[in-house]
Amino acid sequence: MEFLLAIVIGVLYASGLYLMMQQSIVKLVIGLGLLGHGAHLLIFTIGRVNRDVAPIIPADSKYLTGAFADPLPQALILTAIVIGFGVLAFTLVLIRETNRAAPAITIAQHEQDSGDVSRT
Amino acid sequence: MTYLLILPILIPMLTGVVSLVFWTRIRTERTLSLIGVSALLGVAVALFLEVWNGGDAQILTMQMGDWPAPFGITFAADLFSAIMVLLTGTIGLMTTIYSTVNIDRQRVAHGYYPLVNFLLMGICGAFLTGDMFNLYVWFEVLLISSFVLLGLGVEADQLQGTLKYVVINLVSSTIFLSGLGILYGVAGTLNMADAAVQLAEVAQTRPGLVTTLAMIFLVAFAIKAAMFPLFFWMPASYHTPPVSISALFAGLLTKVGVYSLIRIFTLIFVHDAAYTHRTVLLWMAGLTMVIGVFGAMSQMEMRRILAFHSVSQVGYMVLGLALAMSGAEIVPLALAGTIIYIIHHSVVKSNLFLISGVVRWLRGSAYLKKTGGLITTRPYLSVLFFIAAMSLAGLPPLSGFWAKLTLVQAGLSIGHSWIVAVALFTGVWTMYSMTKIWSYVFWNKPKGETSPNFEKPIDYSFFELSVHIAPILLLVVATVLLGLFAEPVIAVALTAANQLLEPSIYIKAVMP
Repeated sequence: MEFLLAIVIGVLYASGLYLMMQQSIVKLVIGLGLLGHGAHLLIFTIGRVNRDVAPIIPADSKYLTGAFADPLPQALILTAIVIGFGVLAFTLVLIRETNRAAPAITIAQHEQDSGDVSRT
Repeated sequence: MTYLLILPILIPMLTGVVSLVFWTRIRTERTLSLIGVSALLGVAVALFLEVWNGGDAQILTMQMGDWPAPFGITFAADLFSAIMVLLTGTIGLMTTIYSTVNIDRQRVAHGYYPLVNFLLMGICGAFLTGDMFNLYVWFEVLLISSFVLLGLGVEADQLQGTLKYVVINLVSSTIFLSGLGILYGVAGTLNMADAAVQLAEVAQTRPGLVTTLAMIFLVAFAIKAAMFPLFFWMPASYHTPPVSISALFAGLLTKVGVYSLIRIFTLIFVHDAAYTHRTVLLWMAGLTMVIGVFGAMSQMEMRRILAFHSVSQVGYMVLGLALAMSGAEIVPLALAGTIIYIIHHSVVKSNLFLISGVVRWLRGSAYLKKTGGLITTRPYLSVLFFIAAMSLAGLPPLSGFWAKLTLVQAGLSIGHSWIVAVALFTGVWTMYSMTKIWSYVFWNKPKGETSPNFEKPIDYSFFELSVHIAPILLLVVATVLLGLFAEPVIAVALTAANQLLEPSIYIKAVMP
């Protein structure tokens, strides 16, 4: 399972980075999203993938014994997903507004506009 | 357990939330923010005194929900954190005073003040947390606020600058998150103190793995700190928003990246200093200094020049961190130099940005060729700029001189004369850029085409002008005082550096 997930993570990172290197702004955002998912899956996988018992201490014991599933990676991913979702939504609105103020399809076109130092 | 530790986070949060209630009531929001940021500064001073009076080994800690470290989230303030929070309060207050006249009603009505307060909350949180994942969360808090602040006002070039800033920061956050995942897998903990203990064990058997992890974090933080070769976003975005936002960003935001670098490279990743510090960090610092200062030379807009100089100055800060562990033995003086440099740069760079705002306001433009002659019409402003600029270039007896002197001395003491040469060489070209601004904007008579509202500036009252000048004056006084009373400043910085370079103090304070 880990092996399969490792390949999936690799593919997500690679395709995310590939899309980001394209000129189009829309591809850039999709690339960012894929990269984010890759990072989430990485945390998930690295927190040991197993189907052991939930980490609940039995009533007659004071601590956990034996193998148990670690809940922390899930908590981390959940936080990261929420943050990533919010930021990605903001980015999409930002792109729409930027496009309205200064129509452009690629980042390079924006560069030409704002890089011109002779403009006031 | 001390509540002083959590107040720098709570106060801006409450101010921001209450400001949200008074949405569009501009005067109320301004008053609230002024009170809130003043309170933040007060608490920061109290925190600093508490830590400073506690002596060398004093580190305040607080465990959230009383969960003992490393299971809960820890907040910890050593002297370095306390200094950074104090800077946040100072720069926050100065830019807030300035913003009462600099930020137009439109932007205030769209939430300028709540955003600034949430930004300050994120910055203070990042300085005080003792947990890596919590650091990530504070980064996101301050980033989201800064995204909106940069884009606020939706002017075309502002949005273009914001887009670049947002994208590069999202990449940096993703790299940071990947690093966190690997850290958790390798060390089994996210608490900084515990991670230091665990990674020291891992490094004995698998040093390559820990070094790789260090490099992942280095890339993530170097983007935020705008280090070579990852600095390009900063000159592309910092000159676009209103000046009080630029000043706040230039004074504080890149410092968060530098702070994180210092924290992890003094506490967690110290196993292979010959590679991480002497090779990677030292080279990056040197290249950042030189490339930044040369980038500034080709610019003809005041704020773009200043933004490129910020890149170059980050090089100096990292230089101290690199030098501290590059020699045969640890050099606290080098890290003390970094801390003095951070203090000096926050004060001076925010101030120069504020001055560029007044220039733009009086002359209708900040392009060097469209301004001129301010020495005759506004002599006091010229003097203030001159002092701040010379401090940045490192002339005695101002704060920049002591910051550079400490670094140079530390570099020479361990025989790294080539990097000292690079630092001094960069200083010369900093001087060149500052002189360029001085001669175009202040000294020379205006020539060529000027902006339409050049001679007859926008209507302003005496009150407006004095509110613009007051924070500039206070910050100039600060840079002069930091220079004249350099000895206590260096003493504080040395104590903080000693604390940082002795990780066992931090680990013991967090996990007794």
